This record gives sequence, structure tokens and C-alpha cells, in this order.
Amino acid sequence: MEFDPVLLARLQFAFTITFHIIFPSFTIGLSAFIATLLVRWIVTGREHLHRLARFWTKIFAVSFAMGVVSGIVLSYQFGTNWSRFSVVVGNVIAPLIGYEVLMAFFLEATFLGVMLFGWKRVPPWLHVLSAVAVAVGTAISAFWILSANSWMQTPAGHEVRDGIAYPVDWLAVVFNPSFIYRLAHMLTAAYLTTSLVVLAVGARYLLAGRHLDEGRTMMHMAIGMLAILGPLQLLIGDQHGLNTLAHQPIKIAAMEAHWDGSKPGALVLFAWPDEKTETNLFEIAIPKAGSLILRHDPDGLFPGLKSVPPSERPPLVPVFFAFRVMVGIGLIIIAAGLVGAWLWWRKRLFETRWYLWPASHAWWLGFVAVISGWIVTETGRQPWVAYGILRTADAISPVPGASVASTLALFVLVYGIVFAMGIYYINRLIAKGPEGRAIEPPEIGTPVRPLSSAAEAGREILWPQR
Amino acid sequence: MEWYLPVIWAAVLGTAVALYVVLDGFDLGTGVLFPFAKSERERDQMMGSIAPFWDGNETWLVLGGGGLWIAFPHAYAVIMPALYLPVIVMLLGLIFRGVAFEFRAVAVTSKKYWNFAFAAGSTVAGFCQGLILAGLLQGIKVENGAFAGGPFDWATPFAVLCGLGVVTGYALLGATWLTMKTDGAVAERARTQAKVLLVGVLAFMAVVSLWTPLAFERIAARWFSTPNIFFLWPVPLITAFVALMIWRWLEQGREIRPFLGSIALFLLGYLGLAISTFPYLVPPTLTVWQTAAAPASQIFMLLGTVALLPIIFGYIVFVYWLFRGKVREGEGYHH
Repeated sequence: MEFDPVLLARLQFAFTITFHIIFPSFTIGLSAFIATLLVRWIVTGREHLHRLARFWTKIFAVSFAMGVVSGIVLSYQFGTNWSRFSVVVGNVIAPLIGYEVLMAFFLEATFLGVMLFGWKRVPPWLHVLSAVAVAVGTAISAFWILSANSWMQTPAGHEVRDGIAYPVDWLAVVFNPSFIYRLAHMLTAAYLTTSLVVLAVGARYLLAGRHLDEGRTMMHMAIGMLAILGPLQLLIGDQHGLNTLAHQPIKIAAMEAHWDGSKPGALVLFAWPDEKTETNLFEIAIPKAGSLILRHDPDGLFPGLKSVPPSERPPLVPVFFAFRVMVGIGLIIIAAGLVGAWLWWRKRLFETRWYLWPASHAWWLGFVAVISGWIVTETGRQPWVAYGILRTADAISPVPGASVASTLALFVLVYGIVFAMGIYYINRLIAKGPEGRAIEPPEIGTPVRPLSSAAEAGREILWPQR
Repeated sequence: MEWYLPVIWAAVLGTAVALYVVLDGFDLGTGVLFPFAKSERERDQMMGSIAPFWDGNETWLVLGGGGLWIAFPHAYAVIMPALYLPVIVMLLGLIFRGVAFEFRAVAVTSKKYWNFAFAAGSTVAGFCQGLILAGLLQGIKVENGAFAGGPFDWATPFAVLCGLGVVTGYALLGATWLTMKTDGAVAERARTQAKVLLVGVLAFMAVVSLWTPLAFERIAARWFSTPNIFFLWPVPLITAFVALMIWRWLEQGREIRPFLGSIALFLLGYLGLAISTFPYLVPPTLTVWQTAAAPASQIFMLLGTVALLPIIFGYIVFVYWLFRGKVREGEGYHH
């Protein structure tokens, strides 16, 4: 059997990084949510906020562990599967990842210990500070990794000598042209993803008529985030798109399935982009609306796919459809936020079953939107791995296809088990709900052990029926 | 500048890897010893003793891999493909044992599977790290600056020896850690295990110390040529002395010193390996200078490292201090 090492290496990386991004998308927002709950608890002293924070911390621990272990894999895969990439662009982007490790990973990992096990061991202010440190750490991590990714999309601040990229201006490298847009887009996406999960859990409790205080707080906080960040994300996405048009016009042409750059672009609602005939089959489109969005002028022109030979075009079908999935979910999120805010204002939020029921099932929408967005931007960058510098086909390691295929099979197996069990356990924690005793005065000064109350909390997890 | 930057980076990277080996060593070693626990309460106690620390410990591995890429991209691009299978199997082992901390705490009927995943994942990760070490010592086939060998070049009896040696060494660190951080039956058993493991570690160290100069001429030349031998002979002597002291401390019922002694033993072994290989990063062909990143990249990252590492050390020490003291039986992994 013949293996294509490039395709296999791409499949392996796509698989491991797709699996990984699920967890940061959730934990970036969740750590901020927990920190906010704890700060609100310190300010107001309302017990159910503390109960909620403890409840979500358990879920955070499970999710964060999966994010950590799947993230370690990535820092080695650049070398194992993409050694030419490591050499050609390593001078420029490896330090960005180094800064991520030094500024974010150690901060997160260390204060996670305090956040998880410090409930009885440190004074409340220090515990809250640890939660804030973890939340800040996740955002710093996003800063550096998105800088590195953005540099691969829109390289700047470097020069290429003998096929190797060298840094010239670090500020230009870090703040490369697409970075700020991508960072804003991804952080907002992460906060929206978490808000949807929180909304769904809150709605689930209200429908079931239990944990009412907690459910109301979760729905209020989630709807507040959705109603503000949802529309904001539309604006950020629009600006990000314009930036992509300026720097990667063929990616935009693929997203819009826009073949002929000499005519204004339509807004294609549905089509099957056919690479052989270079046309769209089964097209449903609004004429000139694409140009209106991208050029803010119905007769504006932007490059079409035919302006470059087929070898310079990204795979069309995944880019085109993933973009529609992302935008479609984005519109649903905006609707969920605005309708929820309106019901809240009319004081009917907690009685409106036609809102609560779909909301209780909406937890997965953000994840699918995030993954779709990454498919658009990563597949849309092809055939380049570092845009204009290194082609994906030239970036792989001298490793036989059989090695890549067998480890890919192992990754699928291991991640399948870990993911299935992780989802199962998280769902069980959610089904059990934020129970447990209310907070006690902290035992400052004693060499604290997670003895009485923490052990009880543990027993609740272990024997939920008691 | 061109000359000493790679040397500084070799020192930084060497420190990161040494910290990783010692820190993750004791929590991986606790995993290796997991099957010897008699009850879930004991397993809770063992896991509770490492739970607040393991994530931070493993971050040194990310810094080790990332640091190799940052400072020596040409070495990273040769070593990773050459040791492809051990590296990826190690990562898979780390995945299982990493999620086992949280999954085991939530599991009810499936707890036994995560006990197994934790023990097996820890052991496999340690064994693969031994394979990686052996793969480097044995040398990697390089042509035109790229890896030019096959996927199983590392698979030798010597590699298996190193794999078992690392697992035994981690188990020693784990056993002395448990002696220090737990009490009751777990601590007693760990003390007994530590003695057996100490003998095992010394045996592995002795075999590797004899095997490498016999099998690899460059290592023999490094140790036994004059004047090197005059400077280097204390290394094995101090090692033997430290081992003797660990044994005595274990006999005397000391709680903290055996762990510190085991760390010293590890660092001495590590020093020996560094003496055998420096300045080669990819023995026997590529040195730290040949594989170095652009000076601008090394300087940019060095500035960040100098500024940030003291802060990192600060809060790591704080967390170890915060979770000081023993984890008693019945106290377990709860949050």
C-alpha cells in the first residue's frame, strides 16, 4: 500500500490540532467566567456564586487536562512531522511559541494547582487571584499562538536568505498585518463558545426546575455576553475579512466561490463549487452582494479564483462550506443573544419554554463555529504553510508514510477514548449540578489540608446517590 | 557573540531538561509505583501528593521541546524525525496519565481503568524517554543536515537498557518523594521500594557507564584521555558516595534527605551524560554551533528567558511551599 506522506502528515496535524482547539476555545472563556464568579462572590457575598464557581471548576479541571495533554503533542509535531517547516521559519516563529511557554503555560499550570486545590488552603483573595492568573494566562497564550499563526498567514518583519526566513523587526513579526484581527476574532469566539455552554447548562436546570438560583445567574451572565459579543463578533469578522482580502485575496475568492474577478461578486448562499468546470453548480446567490460586503460598493471588483492557476488555489469545498457553517452559526448566536436579552427585559426569560428548550441544546454551536473558522483560514492558506515562503508539500519531515499512518491511527484511537470519556464525565458533572455545602469561613493560618469539606466534596463526586 | 550564544543556550536548555527530568521524574515515578498500592485510599493519597504539581512539572517538557526548536532548529529538525516513534508514543503515554488525574477523580465504576492508564502511561512515557536518550547517545544518521536513517534506527538492546534505567530512576524519585510527602503504609512501602530501586539504578548507571565508552569511541576519548581524566574521575566517586548516603538515610528513617539525595544522583548521572556528549547536540555530527538559530532569534528569546525565568521560579517555589507537608491516608485527590 502506498502512503502519501504529505497528505498523511496534513491529516495527522489537522486531527490533533482540531482536537486540541476544542479545549482552549472552552477553557479561555471558562477560566474568565470562574474568575468573574469568584470576584462577584467576594463583592456580594452571595453563596450560590461560590457554589457555581466550584461546580464549574470541576468541569474546568477535566477540560483543561485534555487541553494540556493535547497541546504538548503539538509542540513536538512541528519537529516530528514538519521538520523542514521548523528549519525554514523556526528563526521567526519558534521564539513566539517560546514566549507563550514562558509567559502563559507556566502561569496557567502553576496557578491551576492553587485554583483546584487551594479552596481551603489559601485566603479567598488569593484563591480569586489564582483564578484570575489562570484566566489571564489563557489569554496570553492565545496572544502568542495567534501571533505565530498570523505570521504564517501574513508574514512580516523578516527577510528570506537561501530559503530560510530570518527576523529583521520583531515588532513587525509579532504584530503582523492579520494578527490583531485574528486575536480579536478568536478571543471573542472563545468567550462566545463558553457563554453558549453556560447558557445551555443554565437553561437545562431551569427546565428541570432545579438549581434555580444558579440557573438564573448562568443565563443572565451568558445572555449578557452573547448579546454584546455576538454582534461585535460580526463586526470583527467583517474587518478580519477585509484584512484577508488585502493580504490573501485567493482565500477570499475561495470562501465566496468567486471565479471571475472582472465582474462584481455575488453573495453565494449555496452552491457546489466545481473545480473542473470552474463554475458553481446549483448556485443560489444574491447578485453583487458579495462586492457590497467586501468592497462596500455593489459594483466593486475583487480577484477571482481564475486569476491564479489551479495549483495556486486552496481546496475549495472545505473552505467554502466551513465558511458558511461558521457564519450561519454566528447568526444563530446573535439571534440567541438578542432574543434572550429581549425576554430578560420583558421579565419572561425563565418562563419562555420555546427559548429555554433550544437554548438548553445549544452548547455545541460555538465549538463547531470555531473549528469551521479554523478550517476556513488554515485550508484557505493552502498550498502554502507559510504564505509565500514555504509550500506545505515542501515542509514535511523525512519520515516514511507508514510511520505517519500508524501514529495517526494511534492518535485517532487514543483521542477517541479520551474525548468520549471526557464528554461522558463532564456530562455527569453537569447532570449532578452545583450541589455541595455553601462556603465556610476560610481557615487562614492553619497548614491546611484538603481534609474535611474537600473530602466531602470528593465523596459527592464518587457516590452521587448519597 | 556568534560563539558563546549557542553555549549559553545549551546551558539554558540543559537546565530546562534537568528540571523536567527531576520534577516530572518524581510524579511519573509515582505513577510507576501505582500498581503496588493496596487500596483506592492509598492510591488517592499517592495521587494527592503530586496533584497540585504535575501540570507545572510537565510544562518543562514543553519548554525542552520548544526550547530545542527555538535555539537549535536544525537539531530539532533532525532529532524529532529520527526518534519519531518513541517521541509520539511518549506523548500518547503522557496523554493517558495526564487525563487520568481528573478522569479518575470523577469516575465511579471505571476508576480501575484510569488507575491502569495512569500507571501504564507513566511507565511508557518514562521508557520512551530512555529510548530517546539512547537514540541520542547512539548517534543519528545525518546527510546534508537532515535525518537520513530509518524509522527503527534507535531500536537496540542499549536503548531497551536505557528505557528500563530511566523507568527505574523515576521510580526511585517517586519512592523517595512518597517517603517524604506521605505517611502510614504508603510511606513505609515506598521506603522499602526505594532501597531496591536504588540498587537497580546503580546497576543501570554502572552498565551505561561501561557500555558507552566501550561502544562509542568518542565517549571513551572524552573520559579517559589526559588531561580530562584528572578532572573527571571525581564524578563517579561522588555518585557512589551519594548512593551510599541515600541508603543510610533510608535506613535511618530520614524523610526528606533520601529525596534530595535521589535528585543529586540524577543530576550526577545527567552531568555524566552531558560530559559524554557536549558540544554535540546530534551526536556524532552536529554541534550546538552548527544547529543554532539565527543570533537575532537566540538573543530575542534569551532576553525573555532572563526576564521571565526568575518570576517563574518564584511562583513555582510558592506553590511547593503552599502545598508543603504530608498528605495523610484518606486525604486524596479532591477539589
